[in-house]
Amino acid sequence: MRSTTGPRGRVHRLVTGAVALLAAASLATACGSGDGDPGGGGGGAAGDPNGVDDGTELTMWTRAATRPQSEALVKAYNASHRNKIELTVVPTDDYQAKVGAAAGSHDLPDLFASDVVFVPNYTTSRLFADLTDRVDALPFAADLAQSHIKAGTYEGRKYVVPHTLDLSVLFYNKDLYRKAKLDPEKPPTTLAEWDEQARAVDALGAGVDGTFFGGNCGGCGVFTWWPSIWAAGEDVMNEDGTEALLDSATAKRVYATYRGWVADGIVAPGARDETGTTWTGVFPKGKVGVMPMPSTTLGLMPKDLDLGVAPIPGPDGGRSTFVGGDAIGISATSGSADQAWNFLAWSLGDKAQIDVVAAHRDVVARTDLAANKYSEADPRLVAVNRLVADGRTPYALKFGQTFNDPNGPWLALMRDAVFGDGDSVDKDNNAVSASLAD
Amino acid sequence: MQVKAAEPPAAARPGRLRHRVRPQRAAPPRRWSRKVQGLGYAAPTAVFVTVLFLWPLLLVGRMSLSDWPLLAGDQGGNAPENYTDAVDGTLFWPAVRFTLLYTAIVTVALLGLALLLALLVQESRPGAGFFRTVYFLPGALGLASASLLFWGLYSPTTGPLGRTPARLGLADEPVSFLGTPTSALLSTVFLVVWKFAGFYMLILLVGLQRIPHEVYEAARTDGASRAQIFRRITLPLLRPSLALSLLLCVTGSLLAFDQFFVLTKGGPDNSTVTVVQLIYREAFQRLDLGTAAALSILVLGALLLLNVLQFRGLRRADES
Repeated sequence: MRSTTGPRGRVHRLVTGAVALLAAASLATACGSGDGDPGGGGGGAAGDPNGVDDGTELTMWTRAATRPQSEALVKAYNASHRNKIELTVVPTDDYQAKVGAAAGSHDLPDLFASDVVFVPNYTTSRLFADLTDRVDALPFAADLAQSHIKAGTYEGRKYVVPHTLDLSVLFYNKDLYRKAKLDPEKPPTTLAEWDEQARAVDALGAGVDGTFFGGNCGGCGVFTWWPSIWAAGEDVMNEDGTEALLDSATAKRVYATYRGWVADGIVAPGARDETGTTWTGVFPKGKVGVMPMPSTTLGLMPKDLDLGVAPIPGPDGGRSTFVGGDAIGISATSGSADQAWNFLAWSLGDKAQIDVVAAHRDVVARTDLAANKYSEADPRLVAVNRLVADGRTPYALKFGQTFNDPNGPWLALMRDAVFGDGDSVDKDNNAVSASLAD
Repeated sequence: MQVKAAEPPAAARPGRLRHRVRPQRAAPPRRWSRKVQGLGYAAPTAVFVTVLFLWPLLLVGRMSLSDWPLLAGDQGGNAPENYTDAVDGTLFWPAVRFTLLYTAIVTVALLGLALLLALLVQESRPGAGFFRTVYFLPGALGLASASLLFWGLYSPTTGPLGRTPARLGLADEPVSFLGTPTSALLSTVFLVVWKFAGFYMLILLVGLQRIPHEVYEAARTDGASRAQIFRRITLPLLRPSLALSLLLCVTGSLLAFDQFFVLTKGGPDNSTVTVVQLIYREAFQRLDLGTAAALSILVLGALLLLNVLQFRGLRRADES
């Protein structure tokens, strides 16, 4: 035994050393979340208005829902610049949690995009760097999609720019319109016409349905129903986003139309269960007459599907759209704000907007580029691009927990109003208000 | 162990005594080395328990007593607001009720089927190995992946199961497996039973094979019927395995999350919200880590209490 003491002693020292090191390391990581300075890095003052392109490696996050658009922009940027962006795509449902966790440990990437409705959560928590001076110095600052800029303005300072735009628009199947003896060049201009046309197409039978919507998906309702209320010139919330106005007479007319479609079987099967995962997959099958769709899916539709695009109408006419999609900002903790801005400034410039965004048949982030060489070839795109000016992006700090939460009060309102008898809208609207003011 | 037992007894005696017996100069390093040896063995576990269990537990405890938004971090103490908020939430009691209901259904269905399967493949006859493997196979899948698979199968818009009855002319519309509260619950129970029956079968199978053949032979010689043998011999002797399965199954079901998160998201109409889903919702939908932590502490307390009761109940039954 004695003879082994030497080497064993060394082993012991090693083991204790390793243990102590491990303990120290874990303590360090556990406490590491305490330091770092919020609000550093970014800064509002800018040297070169186009930022710096010096071969810096940048990190960027986006959510899966807008992956193709982000990937196209990053690919084009990396190919033409010395800076290199490493893009991480996060599953849409996990995005908020991931940003929240990273914010807590100061591990946010240099650039991160966000569903524009969640931007107020991030600006009020000061996760973004102040971009006011940089944005205002852009020659086309006034032409940027203002609903995104507005959503990212907090206490008079601008924190984000539009990244990808996703608008809700009506898609209608021209082949089915012809079969139903409807004029394929006359999409609905009022909710009543939409109702008539959906019912006419539904009457074709043989597996064809009039319309479709995500009936178990709060985000879908927000995106596709609210434009009908806005089109009538009304609002869905007060200015501060703390009180719901979803029990107005106009709102009830909208719900009643959808309720009629459910009652009479005008809606394609599955609407009641649709949690938003597959709702855009129904129209491309060519068996649905007319339904609201995200404009980002226009480029993904089958080539042989003869589809028309129209604005979502209100009960008595008018037009509006939900200007959704992602806005993007530079994280407050980024040490490469000038380089990150180089990407943002480039992504909003003529070249990126036309040769990348418009070329992919996506909506451009600038109203002055609504008509361009790509959209000229497809009048549907010009119509969508022009809608940006008519659309709105709702503002509420408690947006996610009120409208997107599958167990939240808005989904209850939607389902009671459309799958129930609609009598509980007033009561449900109070629950929505309570959540907004929470 | 054998080597140590052969050492001189002095090593086992208290150090004070050894000091006097042994030469002064050799003792300190040896005593030191034995202490360090013990510490070295215990340290890795101690570190892991501290870092991965105690530290997070303390953090959750502190969170539950603080105003702690996900994005802004700790805003100072607010006890006991998080606890009252958690219990006052409109979904809290429905979620508790639903979780208990789900646990009861799953435990009965799962353990019943697992016992049946274990009895079926208990004997080593041709093919038994094949069926054991087949029954166990779903257990090799992750729960989230299995849930996603079933979500695809159930989907009325894209799934094959939902549309088959309509194609065969048995129904007018695609069957909606997740469309009503009852069908959503049963569809989820079906997935969980499919996924875990093989696992519990394995536990019970091990228990079954530990029962000595002589006991059965003696019973048969005494003229016991098959039902009597099952009731008086198999079940009592299988008790430790059944107890383990029960404990695992109840605890696992009370913590149900993945399957409902993927399949139903708590719907339709909040009918399938489990307690753990509430924790997730507080933290990542409502961005309120404080209330989520308070809920976690409540669930932890309930689980502890339940396990203590279960252990006590089983022990009392053992004594009688």
